[in-house]
Amino acid sequence: MTMAAAERPRGIGGAISDIFFARPQLLTLLLLMPPLLWIGVVYVGSLFALLLQSFYSLDDFSGLVVHQFTLATYQQLFEGSNVQIILRTVVMAALVTVVSAFIAFPIAYYAARYARGWMKALFYLAVMMPLWSSYLVKVYAWKLILAKEGVITWFANALHMGWLLDGVLGLPIVGGPSLSFSYVGTFLVFVYIWLPYMILPTQAALERVPANFIEASADLGADPGQTFRTVIFPLALPGIVAGSIFTFSLTLGDYIIPQIVGNSRLMIGQAVYTLQGTAGNIPLAAAFTVVPMVIMAFYLWMAKRMGAFDVL
Amino acid sequence: MSPAVRFQNVSRRFGAIRAVDGVSLDIQPGEFFALLGPSGSGKTTCLRLIAGFEQPDEGHIEIFGETVEGVPPYRRNVNTVFQDYALFPHMTVGENVAYGLMIKGVGKAERETKARDALAMVKLAGYEGRRTAQLSGGQRQRVALARALVNGPKVLLLDEPLGALDLKLREQMQEELKSLQTSLGITFVFVTHDQGEALSMANRVAIFSEGKIVQVGTPADVYERPTSRFVADFVGSSNVLSPEVAASHGGSATWTSLRPERIEVVATGAGVPTGYASARGKVSVVSYQGAVTRITVVTDKLPLVASVPATTPFNKGDEVTIAWPMAAMVSMGDAA
Repeated sequence: MTMAAAERPRGIGGAISDIFFARPQLLTLLLLMPPLLWIGVVYVGSLFALLLQSFYSLDDFSGLVVHQFTLATYQQLFEGSNVQIILRTVVMAALVTVVSAFIAFPIAYYAARYARGWMKALFYLAVMMPLWSSYLVKVYAWKLILAKEGVITWFANALHMGWLLDGVLGLPIVGGPSLSFSYVGTFLVFVYIWLPYMILPTQAALERVPANFIEASADLGADPGQTFRTVIFPLALPGIVAGSIFTFSLTLGDYIIPQIVGNSRLMIGQAVYTLQGTAGNIPLAAAFTVVPMVIMAFYLWMAKRMGAFDVL
Repeated sequence: MSPAVRFQNVSRRFGAIRAVDGVSLDIQPGEFFALLGPSGSGKTTCLRLIAGFEQPDEGHIEIFGETVEGVPPYRRNVNTVFQDYALFPHMTVGENVAYGLMIKGVGKAERETKARDALAMVKLAGYEGRRTAQLSGGQRQRVALARALVNGPKVLLLDEPLGALDLKLREQMQEELKSLQTSLGITFVFVTHDQGEALSMANRVAIFSEGKIVQVGTPADVYERPTSRFVADFVGSSNVLSPEVAASHGGSATWTSLRPERIEVVATGAGVPTGYASARGKVSVVSYQGAVTRITVVTDKLPLVASVPATTPFNKGDEVTIAWPMAAMVSMGDAA
């Protein structure tokens, strides 16, 4: 019996496979179509619609949106209270990001360099577990912790450190009647909530720094401090930048945390929430939304210029 | 003059494993010294002890007469070429080479000149501005070499320096390393599991087995006069004769090494030359290797491997007489 060099296609599946084998571009096109449609229409499309809205304006008398191109809405962004909202939010996001980076780095470094076996599992669990529980529950829990009758006040008094807490609350701007009604409180909750998003990318970046780079650096005469500055930190920087994109943009856009923990002064997210809801001022809400996008674009451009992505 | 590197009864344990077990060794200044052994034999740990990445649990280490226990790697005047080169990906080739000088605070202009010279020395002139990712394996190897040598180390350590290169490149680099070492006069200590590499490059070789040095000597010493079955087997290949077999062929009643290339096949009808031992047997394996053919001859006592010129063809099952000079039987003493 002789064997045929080529077998006949088996069934309809086999026939389709043969078509794809002969025309690989067709397969690529079919595979890419759904994600491209999703990103193109649903994602970029809606973003574009948002951008378009920001160039309309609201008629003050009728409360209706005037569908006519204008920069008046953007002009409103730079008026008194609106500028305050933007500045307040950007400063908060920047502080949250910097402090998160400082807290996250040693944890990420330990996890990447030293933790092995069950210690590593424990690390992932500890970092990720807060992400599994409801965000609202955590924020309300913090409200209780930070309240005047809360555990922090109690603890401070028990340690006879009440004066320190009162001192912090007595500070202008950042202070307030209690931690849960102050910027300090808002800040603490932001750092708590977004910290995992800083730790994980930093840890991933540090994980990719081979141990023998550190040995090579020491071998070439660098003491641990020099090795950190010239080898470890530059190689971890893309991870820190990735983490800071999360912490920074999430803080810029959040409207729940400052509403539950904080004073009555608005942040960008809250402004958008109020404007698109009761006020019905979609154009100004859209203009506010464009602010974080512009800031993030600028931030990434700066990071790229400083060489943060050179090793990627 | 004190030796370049001195190990006195050095041990290093990892948990229950004695990676280095009571090693004593003197490496002379200007030597090209090979640490040879199978993986896990402790040779790399010895290199890391010299570099300072490991500290001995017991014993004493000196580099040019100075005690180095407790001295961190960044305060030792030795440099290492790492097995996978460990070039910094966020720096250009030039910055990599100048790294050690930058750390020492050498001015920009001076370190750039020195880096350029070092790259020229390893035949990579003009590569300063390249990214390390753009280099081939052989080029990375050269950059790693330049990065170490630019610091003017007293001892250069090389960890399996040619392991990742293909055969042709490896042979070329062997020659270059050898001539570089001769011209610089720096002590080179290199780790390898490749006995051919050790024999062709080194002035002296230390052979490691299970954390201990089993023999130290020139390449000719360890090849021609192995003192143990392990060395006879690991360095080149060898027929190991038991004391009884060695005695029956006129050798001394000790474990004896007989190199395959010393065994000849006696032509049919010709007698066994004087001063030769001989045996008859049947060819069981024929392996053509280009320049030579390796045949395994099953004699009444044991199978013997012989390397013979490829000019005479052999077939499996041929009845042959083999002979070897009495002097080719090297007694390894009582070592098993």
